[in-house]
Amino acid sequence: MQTQVLLFGIVADLVGESSINLELKMDGTVSDFKKKLTETYPQLQNYNTYVIALNESYALDDTIVKDNDVIAIIPPVSGG
Amino acid sequence: MSNISIKLTTDKLSLDECYNFVDDPTCGGIDIFVGTVRNHTKGKKVKKLDFSAYGPMAIKEMELIAEKALEKFDVLKIAIHHAEGMLQIGDIPVIIAVSAAHRVAAFEACQFAIDTLKETVPIWKKEHFSDGEVWVNAHP
Repeated sequence: MQTQVLLFGIVADLVGESSINLELKMDGTVSDFKKKLTETYPQLQNYNTYVIALNESYALDDTIVKDNDVIAIIPPVSGG
Repeated sequence: MSNISIKLTTDKLSLDECYNFVDDPTCGGIDIFVGTVRNHTKGKKVKKLDFSAYGPMAIKEMELIAEKALEKFDVLKIAIHHAEGMLQIGDIPVIIAVSAAHRVAAFEACQFAIDTLKETVPIWKKEHFSDGEVWVNAHP
């Protein structure tokens, strides 16, 4: 399934895009997504201090990514 | 949610707006935290800060913080306003205002809200120096 992935902060700079599309297998987990992400963008191999949000809520590594989910990569936040 | 005011905006934040929102005849105190852009970090001179946000999620997370603050502390109303875009030294990136019948709850809720915001709300700042720029906290 094609999934939309939003990138922010340093991750957007490293990839050079603020939004990408990744082909993911059905019923994979957030963990599987992260693997696919680093395979596709090796520049992220040395940068893994981010968490994942699905549909605007924080997700865990074992959360299932469903078709049409919006994935966001959230590097350490620094608001305030 | 008439007791909660959340805002993420490229406009200048307004202390009056936050104050007026939380002001209430039943409150005995209002606590306001104002974040300001500092002119230095770790000995380096900062020129300006660029705030970017994952807008829809940032608003949701700020709403969650406000709801939790109302649940956890004996407070009446809370406003959490955050700015995005390029801010200059002295500008205000964040205002948190809390009203309560008694001051202790207002102080505690205000501190809880700003501390949690800095941990969970997807907003990022880039510090601009005279010799370059860096994402704050990107390599914790």
